Amino acid sequence: MHELSIAVSIVEMASQEVAKRGGGRVCALHLRLGALSGVVKEALLFSHDIACLGTPLAGSKLIIEEVPVVIYCQTCQAEHNLESIQRFACPACGEPTAEVRQGKDLEVVALEIDDAEELLT
Amino acid sequence: MSSPPRLVEVRQNVLKQNDLLARSLRQRFQEAGVFVVSMVSTPGAGKTALLENTLTQLRASGLRVAALVGDLATENDARRLARSEAPVKQIVTGTICHLDADMVQQAVEDWALRDFDLLFIENVGNLVCPSSYDLGESMRLVLMSVTEGEDKPLKYPTIFNTADVAVITKMDLAEAVDFDLATARENIQSVRPGIRTIELSVKTGVGMADYFDLVKGSVQERLSI
Repeated sequence: MHELSIAVSIVEMASQEVAKRGGGRVCALHLRLGALSGVVKEALLFSHDIACLGTPLAGSKLIIEEVPVVIYCQTCQAEHNLESIQRFACPACGEPTAEVRQGKDLEVVALEIDDAEELLT
Repeated sequence: MSSPPRLVEVRQNVLKQNDLLARSLRQRFQEAGVFVVSMVSTPGAGKTALLENTLTQLRASGLRVAALVGDLATENDARRLARSEAPVKQIVTGTICHLDADMVQQAVEDWALRDFDLLFIENVGNLVCPSSYDLGESMRLVLMSVTEGEDKPLKYPTIFNTADVAVITKMDLAEAVDFDLATARENIQSVRPGIRTIELSVKTGVGMADYFDLVKGSVQERLSI
């Protein structure tokens, strides 16, 4: 399981961003997670709380947007969402394809920062 | 009255640092003229046996080979591989279940890469975590042994999808474990259409010629570019 080290990287990245943008307490973190990222959502959610301890993200919520795999089909000349990562074939015409256009995402999209709460503490 | 939280856009790839490092490693390997092959599989699929044979045979054919080998705790693999007399370095990862670009960079730091034609990187035995980390390799081999069953690719599609070549090992045991080669090939193609697949046995030597042709061919292709 490498989700804990991924979670630590996410928290480090977010902490740097917060510091750069004037501080505050992060109440939520938005993440895009591709079906081909090699990262398991549940394990990452579990690791997030631990990785946040003692950082400006303590108590923050990890909001994950699951990103499907998009393949390109040469025959249809079009992009399609893949139904299952166990079968890399065009869902429209059935042609096998290895051309992945989306789905490896592991991206911190945005942070929700609460300025007021920091003033109180 | 408290104001609502402010939304700050970040848009940063979490593995950006690893990806950047891998890219610079890939360039360094290329400039030094060394072709880098990584191997991933479950523990016990036969990475070390294949690598030991590979290093010995390629050295005998005049190629300058070296290897990095990742392991959680022991240095047994490095000792086994040292029998080939090729330069071998162990990366003991402790509790970390995969290699990353930084570990590779540190491991090759005191090596003169120009002295090698081929560098092999044996990842920690694991089919999940290594799929997220680019190591700067030119070719990634994913190994599965016949004793693991035909459905390995369907259970671990991500790693098969990131690989360049699939290798089915321990073919000498195929009959004993009722291994269905056609289904295994079909499953591999299902998760990675068009991938080159090689079936071999280090023990009996079956398929090894195809494997060496592929490796040597890839090196020559690279050198002629």
